[in-house]
Amino acid sequence: MAAIERPKSFQDIILRLQSYWAAKGCAILQPYDMEVGAGTFHPATTLRALGSKSWAVAYVQPSRRPTDGRYGENPNRLQHYYQYQVLIKPSPPDLQDLYLGSLEAIGIDMDMHDIRFVEDDWESPTLGAWGLGWEVWCDGMEVSQFTYFQQVGGHDCKPVSGELTYGLERLAMYVLGVDHVMEMPFNDPQTEIALSYGDIFKQTEQEYSRWNFDVADTDVLLQHFVDAEAECARILDTDAKDPKTGKHIVMAHPAYDQCIKASHVFNLLDARGVISVTERQAYIGRVRTLAKACADAFVTTEAAGANVT
Amino acid sequence: MPDLLIELFSEEIPARMQARAAADLKRLVTDGMVEAGLTYGSATAFSTPRRLALAVEGVLAESPATREERKGPRTDAPEKALEGFLRSTGLTKDQLEARDDKKGQVWFAVIARAGRPAGEIIAEVLSDTIRNFPWPKSMRWGAGSLKWVRPLQSILCVLSDEAGAAIVDFEIDGFKPGDTTQGHRFMAPGPIRVTGFDDYAAKLRAAHVVLSAEDRAEAIWHDATQLAFAQGLEVVEDKGLLNEVAGLVEWPVALMGAIDTDFLELPAEVLQTSMKEHQKFFSVKDKRGKITHFITIANRETADNGATILAGNQKVLSARLADAKFFWENDLRVASVDITQWTDALANVTFHNKLGSQQARIKRVSKLAREIAPLVGADADEVQTAALVAKADLSSEMVYEFPELQGIMGEYYAQKAELSDEIAAAAREHYQPLGPSDDVPSAPVSVAVALADKIDTLTGFWAIDEKPTGSKDPFALRRAALGVIRLVLEHDLRSSTLDLMDVHLQLVKKSRSETSTAQKRKAVNEAQEKGVGPSFVTTGPYLTAKSDFDGRFVDTIALDLLAFIHDRLKVFLRDKGIRHDVIDAALAMPNADDLTLLVKRAEALQTFLGTEDGENLTQGFKRAHNILKQAEEKDGVEYSYGPDPKLAEAGAETDLFKALDAVEAVIATAMKKEDFGAAMAAMATLRGPVDAFFEGVQVNAENAILRRNRLNLLHRISETCLSVADLTRIEG
Repeated sequence: MAAIERPKSFQDIILRLQSYWAAKGCAILQPYDMEVGAGTFHPATTLRALGSKSWAVAYVQPSRRPTDGRYGENPNRLQHYYQYQVLIKPSPPDLQDLYLGSLEAIGIDMDMHDIRFVEDDWESPTLGAWGLGWEVWCDGMEVSQFTYFQQVGGHDCKPVSGELTYGLERLAMYVLGVDHVMEMPFNDPQTEIALSYGDIFKQTEQEYSRWNFDVADTDVLLQHFVDAEAECARILDTDAKDPKTGKHIVMAHPAYDQCIKASHVFNLLDARGVISVTERQAYIGRVRTLAKACADAFVTTEAAGANVT
Repeated sequence: MPDLLIELFSEEIPARMQARAAADLKRLVTDGMVEAGLTYGSATAFSTPRRLALAVEGVLAESPATREERKGPRTDAPEKALEGFLRSTGLTKDQLEARDDKKGQVWFAVIARAGRPAGEIIAEVLSDTIRNFPWPKSMRWGAGSLKWVRPLQSILCVLSDEAGAAIVDFEIDGFKPGDTTQGHRFMAPGPIRVTGFDDYAAKLRAAHVVLSAEDRAEAIWHDATQLAFAQGLEVVEDKGLLNEVAGLVEWPVALMGAIDTDFLELPAEVLQTSMKEHQKFFSVKDKRGKITHFITIANRETADNGATILAGNQKVLSARLADAKFFWENDLRVASVDITQWTDALANVTFHNKLGSQQARIKRVSKLAREIAPLVGADADEVQTAALVAKADLSSEMVYEFPELQGIMGEYYAQKAELSDEIAAAAREHYQPLGPSDDVPSAPVSVAVALADKIDTLTGFWAIDEKPTGSKDPFALRRAALGVIRLVLEHDLRSSTLDLMDVHLQLVKKSRSETSTAQKRKAVNEAQEKGVGPSFVTTGPYLTAKSDFDGRFVDTIALDLLAFIHDRLKVFLRDKGIRHDVIDAALAMPNADDLTLLVKRAEALQTFLGTEDGENLTQGFKRAHNILKQAEEKDGVEYSYGPDPKLAEAGAETDLFKALDAVEAVIATAMKKEDFGAAMAAMATLRGPVDAFFEGVQVNAENAILRRNRLNLLHRISETCLSVADLTRIEG
């Protein structure tokens, strides 16, 4: 195997993943335009993993984990970071090989490294979802999550989707040999206006860390949570028959947006430290109830392959 | 005779499941074969991260033909009986034979089965095995419906003999067996055709796959120790880790690296746990026992002899240890300023939803530990402080990250908080003994807290009726009970276990009712907010049933718990070689909840029964006891009226009276001093007089007065012996 040229920057790695998965037949989607905790929350994964229709997508998803904020000081912890997400349904028999090909594409020489598939069962209590798979290690470092979805929103996945999630910053730091995320070149370091990850995100990490931990108005957030929860239920309770068009329109996606919103608000409340251990479980349960209701609605739609009359 | 080779090739199987899966494959396939009449010589199963394999030697080429005759109902029996018979034999009525029997005509079924070729049977057995494989967790993939631990990639199944190899043909969910496998994923990709087991094992080795997990573990340990030895270092042994790592690789290559000096000041336990849990590294220590290096097991060889792999691993380790160091330094800061912050925080941590918070539990334990302190010769205040901080580390960042370091970190942090060494040690030791082979703490403060901790656990779970059942013991209550037993016995603690538990149980119940009242109030409030009436909220009152034990009235739950502890004690003593009837005899004596006393009795009794006098006296006792019981039953009276020595015949009978007078006095004194050895030695001296009495004196005398007096005398013998030990329970 001829060694592939090493990438020069963070964006180089993203672009290579995009071209690789495009060449393998995935639709390259854009990030979802809402705050989410992980690429899995994108409806292109959560909802589309359900139903009988084939599906193959790849996309970058900015993800937010308010509790992980470290004011931009920690070498690898961020409250805002990027995930690269691939979802293929039904999972192809050579998915592991396809995945390894993507590592090669970003410059990891398969002849020099030790790649391992180490047991890691995935479960998302907020989405009522679980799957079996591995975390993938490259020389002892976790570079991806590899999951065969078994259930989402309480529904069996039939056929099964194969999901790949790459933690982009960590993977890129490893490939580029950088020790602190803020020092990582975002674009080509030889270019005239060379920008590092820190040039772009150091200040926002500081600002959001402060807001997440100390300034966000918890009363307002609590109200947002309750509102999103109510709106989600109201959307799903609305008669599927649209009086204006006369069509049968189940609004699974708008309802799911409210579920995403509630989930993010919960994460913010958690970062503000106003949720006790016992309440935590209750909140997670409330978000799960929304996710399940959205999944229930989605499986009745045409996009899920249901016979809609 | 043909040999069979099966390989189920899949995506990576979790390490912890491989050994069990290999054993299950062997069991299910060979059992299925034998059940179908296909016997074999020997079978061996193997596992690697990507395959389960089974080699069966000397398989019958075909199953033998069988002929079975079964007798059915009489020809004139009701239709129902015949139907049942047809169902059980799988035949139709015209296939039955009517034969003459003693009582008339009877239906007979003759079931003849032709022999079947091995391939046909194996195809059936293997598809059943695959379909019903007992994985702890299995999954579907793609658009199929088959379940396996991870996607199955291919099935190899060949029967081979001198004539050559033949693929066993069948189909399962789109898979058809073949005669090819694959070597190492990276070092030898591509299909490999095999003809039988020897060929398979040799070709796999050439393709960088060591088939046997034992061989891999052995190679790992050999290479690791050699690497360390070459630099004057030593690998810290860890069997569990070794087996796990052997399940993560097909071609193990050991690589050793140094831990960055920044992290060498972390406690050894932290280094070891972090390296093991996160990275699956072995720890390597220098001559002074300090951990300075690590060994990682790669799954391949590379052109740079693993340099890139090692450098990557080293970097990951440094990032991990930087986290650990961050936790350690933060924790030390908290501990040195105010360690009680941590114990306060435990008010928000649930111990068990029916038993309240960790803090509530700690308060109960400290109260009980204070009661126990004088029994073990510890200072009550010091014990109380120790109990209060013993679990403080549960709030620390390090224990949050590595729960298995609880107690160990507690000791370090208590030292940092400038608490006494005894208190610090108790933080670690109060969890002990963790198992039958773990040490029992010896420092009095640790003993008091350890005992209180275990009694609180036991009474707590007994109070909410969460007792172990069968093999299920999620809260490790058997271990806690054994802990109580060993702590008491190894330190000769004298106390009523029952009273300790009974008093503590009331405390648990009280704290429970406080918790549940609070919960109830909350539930009612919530219900009202939702507009639901409070009627659905039920929390029953705590009724206390009382039972009698040695004249003491105690909570029935405490008594039930004592029975559980006695059961564990029986197991414990049996393992120590004490006869079960001896244990039963000791349990029947008063104050059996004083475990130290109980065991002293049992040991003395076992010694006594081991002597000739002891054994014979027991026979004499039983004879006396039996004659007495028979007479009492026959006469309908109790002969418990003291015998009159004046009525005794000269000789053996008078001698027995004298012997009893003397021995009873000695026994009474010895028993008062709990000197069971002396009491039993005194009892043993009765052997001669008792034997002589039975030899020379007729109990059932003609004279009714003499007879009654002698029966009363037997009663006296019996009572004297029973005051020392319950010999009625001794067998033989």
